[in-house]
Amino acid sequence: MDRHGRPGTGWRDPVTGWISLRAIGEIIVVGLLAGAGLPALFALGLRALGTPGKGHVKVSDEELVGGNPAGNAIAAVCFAVVLAAVGYGIYIIVISGHGAK
Amino acid sequence: MSNDVVLALVVITGLSFDFTNGFHDTANAMATSIATHALGPRTAVLLSAVLNLVGAFLSLSVAATIANGLVSTGLVTLTVVFAGLAGAIIWNLITWLFGIPSSSSHALIGGVIGATLAAAGSHAVKWQGLVSKVIIPAVLSPFIAALVATIGTYLVYRIAGSMREGSRRHGFRIGQVGSASLVSLAHGTNDAQKTMGIITLALISNGTLAAGATTPLWVIVLCALSIASGTYAGGWRVIRTLGKGLVEIEPPQGFAAESSSAAVILLSTHFGYSLSTTQVATGSILGCGLGKKGAQVRWNVAGRMGVAWIITLPSAGLMGAISYFIAHAVGGTAGVLVDLVLLIGISAAIYWRSRRTSVSQKNVNSAWTGTVAPAPGGVTP
Repeated sequence: MDRHGRPGTGWRDPVTGWISLRAIGEIIVVGLLAGAGLPALFALGLRALGTPGKGHVKVSDEELVGGNPAGNAIAAVCFAVVLAAVGYGIYIIVISGHGAK
Repeated sequence: MSNDVVLALVVITGLSFDFTNGFHDTANAMATSIATHALGPRTAVLLSAVLNLVGAFLSLSVAATIANGLVSTGLVTLTVVFAGLAGAIIWNLITWLFGIPSSSSHALIGGVIGATLAAAGSHAVKWQGLVSKVIIPAVLSPFIAALVATIGTYLVYRIAGSMREGSRRHGFRIGQVGSASLVSLAHGTNDAQKTMGIITLALISNGTLAAGATTPLWVIVLCALSIASGTYAGGWRVIRTLGKGLVEIEPPQGFAAESSSAAVILLSTHFGYSLSTTQVATGSILGCGLGKKGAQVRWNVAGRMGVAWIITLPSAGLMGAISYFIAHAVGGTAGVLVDLVLLIGISAAIYWRSRRTSVSQKNVNSAWTGTVAPAPGGVTP
């Protein structure tokens, strides 16, 4: 049963009993936001973090932190949003998965 | 009395299937991380196993769908469930031998439906449920995953393309550990549920549980442990095909692919929908090849997988039906035991055959030479 108490509606349309276009649309839109948007945000965070600051001396080829204050701040925001979104997603799964009982 | 013996055999066979499900699907989460060296092979399978274990406890919505949505529970006997599981295990082992990332879920559903068809005829199968919950989404989900991963990969390279190569590799390897962990967790929430659903179905058909009952805790615990230990065993053959065979993967691509898989699988779990995590992961990996300019996608490997996807439902169904006919011809508990002996024999034969072209954590990353088994003496780069 899903969280609305309908027996395993899945992608079924409640009216026709067949596939629900709305559910597919929802999966595509939310999937793009979470599955492509969040990685883009993470990439933005990495790039901001790596922006070299004043007088920065490179220590290694793989270093992540460039020491630019503005870059660091942007990176912190990006990573925080990504982590929060992931946490929220897991929270939703747990809530809806056990509400089903 | 004899029913209890059969019930015990069904539970054990169900847990065995869950084990094959685990090692068949380790690749979904970890193939890309192993291929890009974001994680060492052993660390990767251990992490994935632990997260599968945790994930199995997180959600129960998929188990309910499997237990009630596909066949008429009133017409399903223990022998039918057993035969279905046997068919699913054999198909999973055959595809593993060839290193094909086929869907464990489809093997399970196909096996149970095949056995049900053989036992009770076509009216016992909820065809509408099968088409709307399994077949149509099976066709759509890899495309959705591929679309998300293509766009994700494109964006990631657009944004991080100007970064220094070393820093970029390092940063996205860290990202990969996170996203691969999410896929493992998602796999636990989705795939571990399927066996729980089948065992619940068996308990209901035996009268041990009332119809519509929820999954008992001991079933959840045993299934979680089985899928986790299967995951830890590591299906190196499938990991190799997904990580090395389909696309040559760099860390940003692997990160984008896993993020797409995690998002699509978790969303579907949320809808209470039983999804093929394998097909989603494969779609995402194809997408990460499409989204990066100049990346090579081996379409012949993808084509072979596509064929395996199409034939998995009917093949597992056929094997489920054959095991039912054998058990039925012998009859009673003895019939189930004959099936069991055959199942063990065939599994042992497939395992023995696999030893001749062994793939392990040592050679899983060897250069792709067109086959699952690396050329002898192939060295991990």
